Amino acid sequence: MPYLLLLPGMLWLIIFFILPLVNLAETSTKTRAASQETGEFIQTWRFANYLDAFKEYQPQFTRSFIYALLATLLALAIAYPLAYAIAFKSGKYKNILLILVIAPFFTSFLLRTIAWKQILGAEGPVVFVLRSLHLIGPDTTITATSFAVVMGMTYNFLPFMTLPIYASLDRIDPRLLEASGDLYSNGVTTFRKVTFPLSMPGVVAGTLLTFIPAAGDYVNAAILGNPTTKMIGNVIDSRFFRIVDYPTAAALSFTLMATILILVTIYIRRSGTDELV
Amino acid sequence: MTDKLSPETRALIKAQLTRRRFLAGAGAVGATAVLAACGGATKESGSASESAAAEASGTVRWANWPAYLDFDSASKKYPSLETFIAASGIDVVYKEDVNDNDEFYGKVQGQLKLNKDIGYDIVTLTDWMAGRWIRLGYAQEFDEGAIPNKENILPTLANVGFDPGRKSSLTWQSGFAGFGWNKELLPGGIKSLDQLFDKKNKGRIEVLSEMRDTMGIILQYQGVDPSQPFTEDQFMNAIAFLEKQVADGMIRQVKGNDYLEDMVNGDAVAVIGWSGDIFSLSNENDGKFDFAIPESGGTLWSDNTMIPTTSNNKKNAQAVINNYYDPAVAAQVAAYVNYVCPVVGAQAEMEKIDSKLANSPFIFPDDATLAKVRVFRPLSPEEETTFAEAFAAASGN
Repeated sequence: MPYLLLLPGMLWLIIFFILPLVNLAETSTKTRAASQETGEFIQTWRFANYLDAFKEYQPQFTRSFIYALLATLLALAIAYPLAYAIAFKSGKYKNILLILVIAPFFTSFLLRTIAWKQILGAEGPVVFVLRSLHLIGPDTTITATSFAVVMGMTYNFLPFMTLPIYASLDRIDPRLLEASGDLYSNGVTTFRKVTFPLSMPGVVAGTLLTFIPAAGDYVNAAILGNPTTKMIGNVIDSRFFRIVDYPTAAALSFTLMATILILVTIYIRRSGTDELV
Repeated sequence: MTDKLSPETRALIKAQLTRRRFLAGAGAVGATAVLAACGGATKESGSASESAAAEASGTVRWANWPAYLDFDSASKKYPSLETFIAASGIDVVYKEDVNDNDEFYGKVQGQLKLNKDIGYDIVTLTDWMAGRWIRLGYAQEFDEGAIPNKENILPTLANVGFDPGRKSSLTWQSGFAGFGWNKELLPGGIKSLDQLFDKKNKGRIEVLSEMRDTMGIILQYQGVDPSQPFTEDQFMNAIAFLEKQVADGMIRQVKGNDYLEDMVNGDAVAVIGWSGDIFSLSNENDGKFDFAIPESGGTLWSDNTMIPTTSNNKKNAQAVINNYYDPAVAAQVAAYVNYVCPVVGAQAEMEKIDSKLANSPFIFPDDATLAKVRVFRPLSPEEETTFAEAFAAASGN
């Protein structure tokens, strides 16, 4: 009987996750048909596709993980104090602040990124102010740089970092903090020895929710970047939809998935937390 | 400030509108399909027989490129299309959905292969891509006599290698790829690739993701004629040139038709772009931009209207295509888009609209202008893949 309850979820996963994945795996070892016509492939079980694709796009792979790591660290640095303030210091404004964190989700991810392109653009307000203050030269631009791409990702994934950390912090029993004070801990020590360890599940969940989509993201790099800041997501997009080279795109997708899975497993093992949130 | 932002906002609003109109359009088609089913028609998909397909009628969904049809910014409407809709009673949903040939093909090819509706009854694609559609059987042949204005096509375009006798495609516009620049920031203009890739433009240059245009210009700069059978080595030489510009940070982005946005907001000061685009953009922005064919040579291309095999709206789609081969309508479009007009008699009609445009070499090219441009030669499917991959890799993806 309990297994029956799993049925809808399992069916959903089989149809929309397992089957496409099998299809993708099958596609990844195909090669171009003899006719060389665009989009025509035959199954030849060529596993070297993986090696070829990885070799050719190793820079984009590396870049994706570096950008994702930077965005995750930045988001953590911004989100932790924010979540802390909402959980402990916001008083009656708690709900309003939480709504403000979620508010960006009411508009499309794409529109927000395009908006950043305008805000940071050559004739946008940010560049104008920085130029007037002589903080940047007349020819310096912010968009179309790796800086803009990492900033865009940090911004876009910030709520995914903030909410789990907030949930963890909010659950902390205030008596534990009082007890720490009673034992002559100052604020810093209490944070280090009590608050932070108890918020670890939120930190782990937040970093995963940021890092995983950020590593596969292509929107920020496409809109805010330049040709030298392209990420692996852009390559997969281009291979699937521009060149119509399904096998390479599929092989890259699998490689990305496997790499993320390995990194995440190591990370969860090392962080020593079993529960997420 | 508001002036500078307005085209962007406008584009966003337009995108929203287009999506809404798309949904409305889809609804209309759905209704038609249901009605057709009630009427006893058993086949309703693209696999329906020719006659059944021709009988079906409804909204014509047309995919075209941005800035490619006369647009009235005050009323936000396409005057020539409005006139046609009022006169014929045929509803047309016009969508600026083609940003790049490869990108568009990538989006619809899965549906085309399965013969499922791709959401368009007319598509407008460049010669080489139109050739691919015809080769793969994705374009319907026009009905005999359904497009009487077809005879107005310029003799040079009446017979093309990819569609002998123009059985299933008709030229929409032709145009040139060359240099576009912001006159306020670059008053000296741009005549050569060296001037385009000048240090002072670093990071604010954009080139077309349309491989044949960007590479066609680089090849000619390196002394290779892209209309002749050049070798793979020569092509890869030109790729190396592009790679170097990307690595040096000269090129901001390799883009489809959306490079226009970046010219307006100042992100791009100079581009490899399309003639008519730059002229119509300039007209909308107080003459801020200019265009020139490179000294070493530009490219000449044509876009073609076709009816996908997945459309069951052939009759109305043909009526739309026919309308735009009327010389007066063609002149009306050309006066806005500033592209090479493929219709005989349009030049005389243009005299009535604007005699200056009637003498523009970019709309009605003279021999001197045509001598400066080349048509990129047809590529074998194998070359098409190899070259496209190399070009994508040089563009960063």
